[in-house]
This record gives sequence, C-alpha cells and structure tokens, in this order.
Amino acid sequence: MSVVTNTTTIGAIDAPSRRNTELMLLGFAVAVPVLAYINVGLALDGKLPAGVLGYGLGLGLLAAVAHLVVRKFAKYADPLLLPLAVLLNGLGLVMIWRLDQSPRLIQRAEGAFGSFTPDAPKQMLYSAIGIALFVGVLLLLKDHRILQRYTYISMALALVLLVLPMFFPARNGAKIWISLGPINIQPGEFAKIIIAIFFSGYLMVKRDALALASRRVMGLYLPRGRDLGPILMVWAMSILILVFETDLGTSLLFFGLFVIMLYVATERTSWIVFGLLMSAAGAVGVATFERHVQQRVEFWLNPFADKTWAQSEQIGQALMSFGAGGTLGTGLGQGNSDLIMFAANSDFILSSFGEELGLAGMMAFLMIYGLIVERGVRTALAARDPFGKLLAIGLSGAFAIQVFVVAGGVMGLIPLTGMTMPFVAAGGSSVIANWALIAILIRISDTARRPAPAPAPSPDAEMTQVVRP
Amino acid sequence: MNKPLRRIAIFCGLLILALLVRTNWLQFVEAEELNTHDRNRRVLIDRYASERGNIIVDGKPITGSAKTDDTDFAFKRTYVNGPMWAPVTGYASQAFGANQIENLEDGILTGNSDQLFFDRTMAMFTGDKKKGGNVVTTLNGAAQQAAFKGLGSKKGAVAAIDPKTGKILALASTPSYDPSAFAGYGAADEKAWNALEKDKDKPTLNRALREVYPPGSTFKVVTAAAALEHGVVKDIDEPTDTPEPWKIPLSTQPMKNHASGCENATLNRAMEVSCNSVFAKLGDEVSRDKMLETASKFGFNAEHFVPVRASSSTYDKNMDRGGNALSSIGQFNTTATPLQMAMVTAAIANDGKLMKPYMIDQLEAPNLDVIEKTEPQELSRPVSQENAQLLQKMMENVVQKGTGGNAQINGVTVGGKTGTAENGFNNEGTPYAWFISYAKTGDGSPVAVAVVVEDSDARGGDISGGGLAAPIAKAVMKAVLDKK
Repeated sequence: MSVVTNTTTIGAIDAPSRRNTELMLLGFAVAVPVLAYINVGLALDGKLPAGVLGYGLGLGLLAAVAHLVVRKFAKYADPLLLPLAVLLNGLGLVMIWRLDQSPRLIQRAEGAFGSFTPDAPKQMLYSAIGIALFVGVLLLLKDHRILQRYTYISMALALVLLVLPMFFPARNGAKIWISLGPINIQPGEFAKIIIAIFFSGYLMVKRDALALASRRVMGLYLPRGRDLGPILMVWAMSILILVFETDLGTSLLFFGLFVIMLYVATERTSWIVFGLLMSAAGAVGVATFERHVQQRVEFWLNPFADKTWAQSEQIGQALMSFGAGGTLGTGLGQGNSDLIMFAANSDFILSSFGEELGLAGMMAFLMIYGLIVERGVRTALAARDPFGKLLAIGLSGAFAIQVFVVAGGVMGLIPLTGMTMPFVAAGGSSVIANWALIAILIRISDTARRPAPAPAPSPDAEMTQVVRP
Repeated sequence: MNKPLRRIAIFCGLLILALLVRTNWLQFVEAEELNTHDRNRRVLIDRYASERGNIIVDGKPITGSAKTDDTDFAFKRTYVNGPMWAPVTGYASQAFGANQIENLEDGILTGNSDQLFFDRTMAMFTGDKKKGGNVVTTLNGAAQQAAFKGLGSKKGAVAAIDPKTGKILALASTPSYDPSAFAGYGAADEKAWNALEKDKDKPTLNRALREVYPPGSTFKVVTAAAALEHGVVKDIDEPTDTPEPWKIPLSTQPMKNHASGCENATLNRAMEVSCNSVFAKLGDEVSRDKMLETASKFGFNAEHFVPVRASSSTYDKNMDRGGNALSSIGQFNTTATPLQMAMVTAAIANDGKLMKPYMIDQLEAPNLDVIEKTEPQELSRPVSQENAQLLQKMMENVVQKGTGGNAQINGVTVGGKTGTAENGFNNEGTPYAWFISYAKTGDGSPVAVAVVVEDSDARGGDISGGGLAAPIAKAVMKAVLDKK
C-alpha cells in the first residue's frame, strides 16, 4: 500500500531542507571576512597580509565542518543561523587581528607588561573550540526535549556558575571571572544558556498554575504566593549578583530573560508589569547603595566631564570613535579606535567597527544581530512543543537583550555594563557559549521544521471506506 | 503561546531599532560635534598625520616637517631660524597647540581646508599621500634679518611695511623663542614650554603686533597731521604762538621740554628738535575730538588683522583737556603697537593713503597652484596729499638736521621721527626708545619702519630714540633698498 492511498489530510511532501542555501550563504560568510582581512592588510602595509591563507582556510574549514555536521545531523535546521554566526565570528577575527597591528596598543602592552601577545590567534583557537562545542551539541543532543530532564540540575549548575566568581578577585571593577591558572572563564555567558533551560523546564510544568490560579486585584491578576516564589527568587538572585559581583549586565540579562519567558508561558501581561516594577525597585535600591553602579550611571550621564575623564576615558573615547566613523567610516585599518586602549578589541569592539565601517557598517552589523534574533523567534513560533518554544524564545531573548545592553552601553544609550558583543568580541567564554547557543537553536529549528513522519496506516479509516478499489 | 511570542518578537525588534536610531544619532547627527570635541585626540593626530605645508619667505620655506617614529604623530614641525621668524610663523606644537599663521592657516597647512577639497579628491584617485599646502608670506628675508640682528639682545620690536601695498616686510620681536624647542610632546618639549611660560621677559609675546607702548614723540607726527588737516597750522614754517614754559591746561604743571628754542618755534623746527610744548599746545588747539578723528583714520582704536590679530592702539576718547594735551605728545593714555606706528609712517610716505597691512601674499595648494591671493586694499586716507608731503618734508628734515641723523642713508631720501616714551608712573621704568622712518626713491617709498627698543638706558630726551632705534630702522630700510 502506498502512502498516497492514505486518507488522512496530512501530506507527506518533504519540506525543503535548505542545506544548499546554507552552503551558499556560508560561502559569503567566509568570503566577506577574508576580503576584509585583505583590505586591512592593504590599508596597513600596502601588501597582502601574510596570514590571509591561514586565517581564510581556518575560518573556511570551521564553517565547512559545522555545515557538514548540520547537513548530516540537523538536516532541516534554519539555514540562516550558521552563516550569520560564521560571518560575525569572521569579522570579529579580522577586527581583533587589525587591532593586534596597532602600534599604540603594542607600545602600551610593552610598557605595561613588558611584552605584547596578539589576540587574534587566541580568538581563532576559541572559535575552533566554539565550533567543536557546536558540533558536540548537535551530535549529542538528538532531541532538545531531552534537556527537560535536567531542569533542576540546570538550576543548581546555573547557581553554582553564578556564585563562583564571588570567590575570585575582581577585574576592572566587576567580579565576573573564574581564573584557573592561565584560563579565564566568564561563567555568566554559559549560565545564560543553562538558566534558559531551567526556566523552560520549570515554566512548562507550572505555567497553568501561574496563569490561572490567581486572584484579580485592581485589574491585575496576582499569582498565588507559592507560584510567585520562583520569580521572587530569581529577582533576589539577580540583585545579589549585582551587589556582590557588581555585574550590572548579567543581572539585567537574567531578569529580562525570566520576565520574557514567564510572559510567553503564562500569556499574562500582569507578569511584565510585576517584572518591570520589581526590576525598577531593585535597580533603584541597589543604585543607592552600590558605589560601582552609581559610578557607571555617572559616567554615562557625563562622559566628557573632567571627573569622568580622570577615571575612565572609555565611554567618551568610544563615542568619539563612532563620530569619527561618520556615515561611511574611515575604512578598515584606518581608524583610531585603539585610543580606547585595552578594551578596543573586547568590550568596545563595536566602536572599532563603528569607526572603521561607519554608520553603514553599524546598521549592517545590527541587522545581522537582529536577523539572528528574528530567526530564533521564528524557531520558537515554529516549534511544536512548549518546552522548545520556551527554550528558543529564551535563548533568542537573552541574545537580543545582551546585544542591546552591550551595544547600548558602548553607544552611550544606557549605562555601560561588563558584557561582550556575542561572537565579535575577543574573549573565549563569549564565543564558545554563543556557539553552543546557536547549536541549540539549530537543533530546535531542525525538530520544528522536520516534516511530520508519515502517519501509520489507520485500519479504522480503512474499515469505514465504503467503496474499495 | 504564539501571541506573546509575536509580541516578544516586536519587543526584540524595538531593541534593535533603538540601537539603529542611536547609531544614526551618533554617527550622523552628532558626528561633527564629536569630531571637533576638545578631548578628541584625532584632531591632533590628523594634524600631524601627513607632511605639513610650509610657510614661505622669498621663495624658500622657513618651516619644515620631520618624520618621527611616534605612534600618534607621524610628523613634527621644524623651523628654519626659528627665533627670528617666530613672530611671523607662531608655533605648531603637538602638545601645546598652535598660534598665529600656523593656527590661522591650519586648514591649508594640513591640507584639510575645504579650499583643497579638489586636490584631496584628486590625490585619493592618484593614490598620492595627503600633503598640506603652502602659505607664501610678503616678508623680506633680508629686512627681517636686519631687524632681528639690529635688536640683538635688546628687548624690542620692529615692524616694516611696504607703504604702496601694505605688505609687511619685517616683523621682529625680541627676546624671541624657538618654536622647534616644543614642537613635540616629550619631556624636553614640556620643559622648554614651561621655561618659556615662566620667563619674565615673555619671549612668546609678539611685541610687534600684540604689545602696546606709549609712542612718545613719534606720535607728534600724528598731532602734526591733525593740526594740518584741521587747519590749525597752515604754514609749517610760520612761528607758532607757544610760550615757554607752556602750562598744561587744568594743571599747574608746565610742559617739560628736553629741547631748547621751543618758544614760538615753527612746526618744522618743533618737529626737528621734538618740542613737547609746541605739540601739546597744538593737540589742545586741535581739540580732543579732532585729534581722535585723525588718529582713528591712521588706525588707532581698532584691531588690525594681518591676518594675525594685532592689538588695538588707543587714543583715549574720554580725556579732559590736560589729558588730551599730554596724549598729543604720545604720553598719558596714548598707546601704540609697533605695527600701528609703521602704519602711520607708511600712510605719510604713501602721500596720505593708508594701505591695509597684510603678511600673507598667497595660499598655494600642494601642487603649487594658487588658491587665494591677497590684493592690496586701501584702509583710509588720514591726510591729504599736500599735507602728507608737508609731513614728509618735516620728517626728512628730522633726519637731515634733527634728532634722526642716525638713519641717514647715502643717496636716498629718508624721513623719520625719534621718540622716547616715559614708562610707568612718574617715569619709573626704563623709557622706550622709538624710531619711525621711511625711505624714498624716485618712484615713491618702498619701505616704512617702526622700531621700539624697551631697555634704553638714556633717560629723557630723544637721544635714545635716535641712538638706539634709528640704526636698526636704517639697517632694515637698507636691506629693502638693496634688494630693489
């Protein structure tokens, strides 16, 4: 009996896998950074950079491995996510390499530490580890729903990761690092994924209770105390992180993440109102006590004031970088974003792009991030199971909030926090964790877009047929 | 769950939109403001990123650019004979900014000026390195050399003008400084700069343009011009009605004369020996308002831009009669820059026509195309041609028979006027020795000079003006004449 004779209405026409689209886009995603790399070399020395083959092949190879794994193990995945991530990672590598050539930064490093080590090779290594993790996730995680089983383990792990940096010394005013010998890890980057897993698992179970078992008070649905517990806990946790680790960005990220997921799970606007009220209360409360937070706000309001300038030139320098870029930018390799000094390739890498690629480049950059978020949200819409929906929206929401908080901070839209621009900033944790994030999104999108299996032949349906061929 | 998902999608879109708006605001709306911000080091980096154009005298550059191995500033300014030219060039320092021509023509010198837009665009296509344009001055190297050498270790200034065009030929000020000493930003530069700042002799002060001195007896030329213009004196060889001693109005003090034979002296004679009483009385008779009118026409009470700003010389508008009488002999509230007195001399030498002084002849693009050329401009006519010639006659008499003998040049007609200005309350400071003069050839006068020497030892009399300042003026005039 053939499939066509089945009388159910669900067809079994294969959805296009779009793997070739992905391959073509990946070609661009590798070609653009390679051309940018050549551009930097020509601008700086007037000749082809020596490493063009190495970096080009390296990036191409990583992209190829990732593509093959997706082709084999996530056949129906969203075709845009991987090329966008590769493009960002490649452009980040180019900018980091370009800043490695800056005489100003070399001189500064030699003055301060006696030697200069370029960041680009390290970043290349981190990218490779990131892709390896990407591959690992796709190989090991055959179905994202498996993650549901680890709801409470995730919570414990996330708590441990967040609390750990308290026992390590602060760097540049924020305790967000774990230092193990030569390895420095920013656990917050990983915690954001793990906590999204916990939220998804928890909310999937509790969403009905949270949404329905509530009293109506003054037009708002107040949840019951026992259901309110976890949100209060997360609120308290984010405040604690802020207080003890002076990590403004991570606390904002977690809280925003939780409010978004809660809202999606319960479909109740009242949660957003609670969320905003609580975060406002928390932020005001902490800001009145915490010197570090006050300082950040002060720097943000008066970036060019003498007092600010004496303590931190960074914001002002970043703003001037953006200004120097203007509409079309100075061209790669020809800006002076290294005036921001040591953070020019990490926290402030976006201003380096802003200066050298200009407004046009910045808009393109933000659109790339916007596209990743949009593909993530589409994945959430397409996902068939609530856990997948929640996880996908959680991860995309976290990504969007992180992009907004970092870019907004660097551009002086909001006070600066200690997070990094996903994929482009120098630093291992960020690149590796975000590759894992993309892998999970790809896995969910694969499950979501995978055509439904052909229904089993239904004997009942056959029995009711009156006319038989 | 799809409805909240769509709302979250919109929320994320708004976040990205906010960033897009912000980047447009920063990079389009605020870009200009950020790029010209005081704290923006790029302004300086850009200024020294390419070879700076030169300031040119007699076809030769008096400035240069040296390649450095600095990470921020690729080039550093150098100066040829810096101290001599400092009053003309000003300085361009990586750490301490720029002033005078270096600052005013920064756009041309760096190549950033809008006037060079076409050249920059062409250079972009041909792949040439950006280069600055040149500023060609009107100065005369020999005259400047004579002025600077003449002043030597003395404190003072010289301004020389071509009366027919207003071109500035020499602009010297001593003690001077070497702008090369602090062109960079290193420790040595800072030390040199601080030493200059602390120096009591103020070497960075451009005495030719920015310092006002009491002009002393040289101002009598202006008083004589006012007397002739306003009809108080009709014949310069007719005795004036001046008693000896002559009492200053509203005062019991008699006007002191350092010369003898001033009683009822003719204007010509009074100029020759520099009678205070005659000129003070003339100033009184002309009246304050009419003195002010003539002085203003000569350029007093106004700033002059050459294009470097020269301080305003003053003839007080609100003095009483006694003050006016004293001011008429260049004391009391009258002050003048050396440039101003050179302008007075130039106007007389040019038969009454005062040309606007200037020292930038033309601006050149890096490929030596002329971008802008300064055309001589008439500023005013302080005296009629006949009166100007009468004044010339008197000034030439001063050099031939009077106090200005030291300025005589063989075979050339020279007119001049000495001056010694009292300095400070009750004449406590050392007086200023002044000399203004012009040389005349067959076709008019090619040069008018004003010299002031601050530290003259001789007290009173006009001897120091003739003794100290006149030889310097003579050397400058000779330098200009020899080149002709």
